[in-house]
Amino acid sequence: MVEVKVPETGLVVLVGVSGSGKSTFAARHFAPTQVISSDFCRGLVSDDENDQSATPDAFDVLHYIVGTRLRRGLLTVVDATNVQWDARKKLVELAKSHDVLADAVVLDVAEKVAVARNAVRPDRDFGPRVITRQSKDLRRSLSRMSRDGFRRVHVLRGDEIDEAVVTYEKSWTDKTELTGPFDIIGDVHGCRSELETLLRSLGWEVTAAGAVHPEGRIAVFVGDLVDRGPDTPGVLRLVMGMVAAGTALCVSGNHEQKLVRALGGRKVRVAHGLKESLEQLAAEPEEFQREARAFMDGLISHYRLDGGRLVVAHAGLKEAYHGRASGRVRAFALYGDTTGETDEYGLPVRYPWAEEYRGRAMVVYGHTPVPEPEWINNTICLDTGAVFGGSLTALRYPERELVSVPAERVWYESVRPIGAPVGRDPAALRIGDVSGTRYVDTRFGGRIKIREENAAAALEIMSRFAVDPHWLVYLPPTMAPPETSTLDGFLEHPAEAFDEFARAGVTRVVCEEKHMGSRAIAVLARTPEVAAKRFGVTDGSAGAVYTRTGRPFFGDHRMGELIDRLRAEVRPLWDELVSDWVVLDCELLPWSAKAEALIRGQYASVGAAARAALPDAVAVLSSAAARGLDVGDLLERTRRRQDNAARFRDAYARYCWPVSGLDGVRLAPFQILACEGRATAVNEPHSWHLDLLSRLKPEPGVSLLAPTRHVFVSLDSEEERAKAIRWWSELTEAGGEGMVVKPVDHTTGRVQPGVKVRGREYLRIIYGPDYTESLDVLRRRFLGRKRSLALREHALGLEALTRLAEGEPLWRVHEPVFAVLALESEPVDPRL
Amino acid sequence: MLLTISTVSSVTSGPATDLGFLLHKHPERVQEFGQSFGTARVFYPEATERRCTAALLLEVDPVRLVRSRGKTSPDFSLGQYVNDRPYAASSLLAVALGDVFRTARTGRCNARPELAAHPMPLEICLPALPCRGGAALARRLFEPLGWEVEATAIPLDEGFPEWGESRYVRLSLRGEVRLADALNHLYVLLPVLDDAKHYWLAGDEVDKLVRAGGGWLAVHPEKGLITRRYLGRRRALERTAFARLAELGDDVEEALEPPLDEELTPDGGAGGEAGELAESAPASGPEPEPAPASAHEPVSASATFAAVAAGGAAGAPADGAASESGDVRVPLNVLRREAVVAALEELGARTVIDLGCGSGQLVSALLARPVFARIAGTDVSTQALAIAARKLKLDRMPDAKRARLELFQGALTYADPRFAGYDAAVLMEVIEHVDPPRLPALERVVFGTAKSAHVVVTTPNAEYNMRYDFLDGAHGGGRAMRHPDHRFEWTRAEFASWASAVAGRYGYHVEFRPVGEDDPEVGPPTQMAVFSVKADATADSVKDATATENATENATENAARDVTEGATAVVTGERSEGDG
Repeated sequence: MVEVKVPETGLVVLVGVSGSGKSTFAARHFAPTQVISSDFCRGLVSDDENDQSATPDAFDVLHYIVGTRLRRGLLTVVDATNVQWDARKKLVELAKSHDVLADAVVLDVAEKVAVARNAVRPDRDFGPRVITRQSKDLRRSLSRMSRDGFRRVHVLRGDEIDEAVVTYEKSWTDKTELTGPFDIIGDVHGCRSELETLLRSLGWEVTAAGAVHPEGRIAVFVGDLVDRGPDTPGVLRLVMGMVAAGTALCVSGNHEQKLVRALGGRKVRVAHGLKESLEQLAAEPEEFQREARAFMDGLISHYRLDGGRLVVAHAGLKEAYHGRASGRVRAFALYGDTTGETDEYGLPVRYPWAEEYRGRAMVVYGHTPVPEPEWINNTICLDTGAVFGGSLTALRYPERELVSVPAERVWYESVRPIGAPVGRDPAALRIGDVSGTRYVDTRFGGRIKIREENAAAALEIMSRFAVDPHWLVYLPPTMAPPETSTLDGFLEHPAEAFDEFARAGVTRVVCEEKHMGSRAIAVLARTPEVAAKRFGVTDGSAGAVYTRTGRPFFGDHRMGELIDRLRAEVRPLWDELVSDWVVLDCELLPWSAKAEALIRGQYASVGAAARAALPDAVAVLSSAAARGLDVGDLLERTRRRQDNAARFRDAYARYCWPVSGLDGVRLAPFQILACEGRATAVNEPHSWHLDLLSRLKPEPGVSLLAPTRHVFVSLDSEEERAKAIRWWSELTEAGGEGMVVKPVDHTTGRVQPGVKVRGREYLRIIYGPDYTESLDVLRRRFLGRKRSLALREHALGLEALTRLAEGEPLWRVHEPVFAVLALESEPVDPRL
Repeated sequence: MLLTISTVSSVTSGPATDLGFLLHKHPERVQEFGQSFGTARVFYPEATERRCTAALLLEVDPVRLVRSRGKTSPDFSLGQYVNDRPYAASSLLAVALGDVFRTARTGRCNARPELAAHPMPLEICLPALPCRGGAALARRLFEPLGWEVEATAIPLDEGFPEWGESRYVRLSLRGEVRLADALNHLYVLLPVLDDAKHYWLAGDEVDKLVRAGGGWLAVHPEKGLITRRYLGRRRALERTAFARLAELGDDVEEALEPPLDEELTPDGGAGGEAGELAESAPASGPEPEPAPASAHEPVSASATFAAVAAGGAAGAPADGAASESGDVRVPLNVLRREAVVAALEELGARTVIDLGCGSGQLVSALLARPVFARIAGTDVSTQALAIAARKLKLDRMPDAKRARLELFQGALTYADPRFAGYDAAVLMEVIEHVDPPRLPALERVVFGTAKSAHVVVTTPNAEYNMRYDFLDGAHGGGRAMRHPDHRFEWTRAEFASWASAVAGRYGYHVEFRPVGEDDPEVGPPTQMAVFSVKADATADSVKDATATENATENATENAARDVTEGATAVVTGERSEGDG
């Protein structure tokens, strides 16, 4: 038996003359989708697998398919003769361009066997001369194939072909089976004492040549164990012991790489602390020197851990390189990405790969000293410059907890001091994060599709009008009304809302007064410093209040004043929530504060036209009737419409009052959406939200904050239902917009998170002054799309809040927020 | 919804009730006429020998109107229900009038041919006429036709006097006019005064209007305005999704319209509403309101109308006509475009991306010069891009020209790889449309990520605004700006300070140029900054403050290590290799 070991995710190139049995071999050892044959591709482009004139196009297709599969990390087998050097070269280059390994499997059969096999196949009408030529090519190739760039060339002859067994080799970087927990440790640079202190503070039991953790944790070193510091041999001894004992993993740093070359007698420039290592190692026994060199030489570029969810590399690694193997992958992992430019110190200018990182795997690295570790798109640098007098830092995984110990002294002077924090990137968002047709995965509503045209409309609104995306952590979902009421004179009534929730198995709901203003999201930070640290907003602002489309409420100085006053009024929340920031769902009053242009342009205009025209109409009709003309019920109807127009005017005017500065502006919060570490919108019942908010005790006439009146209803109590309906009637008859009915506890599945029940007079603003004359027509309204939209947007909103609470990167929070705005542009009946 | 027409008997004519013959409607009946959008009724509230009044009362049911139009009209707008159509003398009333008095409009009257052929004393009353341009415009349109006009503005809401006047006027017309002419005047001018969109029921209404105006429109002194308004209404691009978002945010859709550049008519005059801007502003500024997108769409009806209104928009003051000297001057937008093109040529740019290309004026100018081998235009507004594509005749462009051009939607606050790879990037009148807190993101995207060798930026010079009469405090508190969407307008010092800071941060050097007449006191109307990447230095912020060493050795080391990780070729070898 011959074992053919091929790379688990690489390229396998079959080589053999026509009739050598490649397809049979491929079919026996690989899945049909893994094998791409030139015959198949020839058929695809010409309907004839033997049409040699189609060969160039066929290979274009073949290379495209193979390249796509390799990019996606799939094992791929090419079934073509590949007896010529240039055919193989193209495939090897393809593998390289996707940073995967390529193996060749040569099926070397006798020429006459191949000729005989072809003779019995009617579709192969080419003569034996073709086989002979291919054989010659193959003979010439065999001796040289090892230089083609394959990792291995497996040559199978005679019975070996039938007896061969294909096995797969995992990549060296693949440690996905290790699930931790891990303690990932930043650049040590010979600081043995600090390392021991750090390990002990992490709970490790440390000896001279090893360390174990009582809970079985595994240490992962990000490289650069050596150079500059006082005890490189001590660090190596400790780490080598841990790695040998299986309690640690270590990836190579650029300093190990260079030290190995120096130890190997290669000519390198002795700088950047290499001298210290060489001197210290020279004082060690020769055997240790040998072992240390072998250890460092054997370090690999990066590891994929915990099912691929964690990647450790010395200088970080972009997603396309995770688990890949090539020179450039290793160079990236050891030296990082550079722009190719150098700065005034002659040092390379880094390319900010982490800002573009969009992978789901956490990437942990070192290499570049930073004053403090900082998450950038789920990546983090742990090099806090221990050897330069900073600190030595570890990241506990999966806890995401940082532990560091200060350096005992400055062991080595940096070429220049470790600078200010790396500048945050205000444009951390990329067009690819939002544009085009997208699918957003949500925890509470599955995968949600965003159509391209909706994303395009949202992009325009977002980029022309919205607040800084760092503040834009949530947009409220739309809300559906209940099933249409059949009660005389009503389009909406609480009874349907209660029935709907009762049917869905909800036992307790809360009815909240629906303030008629503009929906507002308030993001408030305790201080501008919190805003900078938690939201990455560095312009000195400490919050934002924005509309349903993400626009700031006021474009002037009032915004800062509003935020400052709100921060003062919500002060009790900081302790209650144990958080330095909070996101509130609110209604900003009056409606006219934001919507005055709309009210004047649309509502008041309609009212003005009605008030001008209807009295004249009544007058001419009265005159006609007085003359004895039969105007039918037109006069009566026109009088009624005059009355409707007056009610319509009263309906909108009730929500308008003059505002001067912030005088007259009020903000009514009704839910605490999120705070540090908690998406409270998901985790807490509405009773909790309303209770906590009621403790803010707004003072009428003084506070900006306004209370949200509410009643709780047990749906199995007819009495409580009736009471709530009375409450709603009083509210709406007094000019209120209506109420929102929500299940008290967070619900899942298809249950609406809330429905709005609007009052009879308020609906004149929605359906027109005379809607009460057309109830029969208006009752034919269809709620399906609106309700589906409400559920999808709700799921996206909760997803955004959860991502925010969990500290996910900006683009991850922005994605569902943008999606809500995009969905809101879907043409659903806006009156619902 | 209500129109009354009255006449009185005079010595020379018969009884006032003869009006019934002319209108072909009996004074003693109430007659009903079904319309697709409601019911029209004609009756006579008074009918005596001395004085006779006919009333046309149109009952519009907005609910039914919306529902009946079904799929052809997207029922996406709240405005479909909460609408002035049931009350105002809108274009719907004109349509009803045209239908109900079709015969009367022709001037045919077998019973009283003499009366029909001659002017008679008429009084027409419209209690709620939507009138964009106010009472003054109503006078300008009706007085040349022989009417004595009484127009009173209607307040928006007596409860909120600070809201001011509504767009409705109560209009009374008195005059000696042939009845058929009077009806045609109303038929054409009601929709022109109304000037709202979404009011057209069918495309052929336009042709009907053209015919109705045939006798008198060509000599009307305001024929240009009438032409433009009525063509302008045909802005056809449905932007359902955008409109929904405007509504959602309690915004007025028009206020969110993308700031498109002013449009030039083929005869060189400023098109669109430029002429009308002069009504509100004594002098036309450099930034007229955004012109209706499809104002000059080549449709057959517009061609017909243009012929009727021979002369068209001529006489509308051109952009930049604020000039005191009164010379015919090159509009500022043309000067600006030429200045940008000249700067690009001078920089030797062969590939250019226009960031915020609007309707594609600059792109078009660049395409006309073969030296620009590759041109891209990008805008965040899909509407702007659609207009640009149409104006550039993208679908009919020859392949060789088409291959030089790319248009795509992009946002300047999102990093975009498609912005990179051009010799020069242009931000022409763009930055002032970005909220100041968002400017750093734009800077990062343009100067940090896309990083063209050259960046040309133009923006208004706020100091020059004092030269525009219409900006003189006309907008109330705060500094008046040239365009409602402008988030700021900078003085020369402010612009220089911003540009120098950006240049410093991103490793550019910058120089400033005036565009337009460089006023000794307040500077030019437009200011331009030309940024070029410094040849040998790297920007402070891009520089990694703490980059590790080994810079020079990386390259050699990598080369030495140029073996694929774990890739050592061995013929049928089974040696296990290390990772590197």
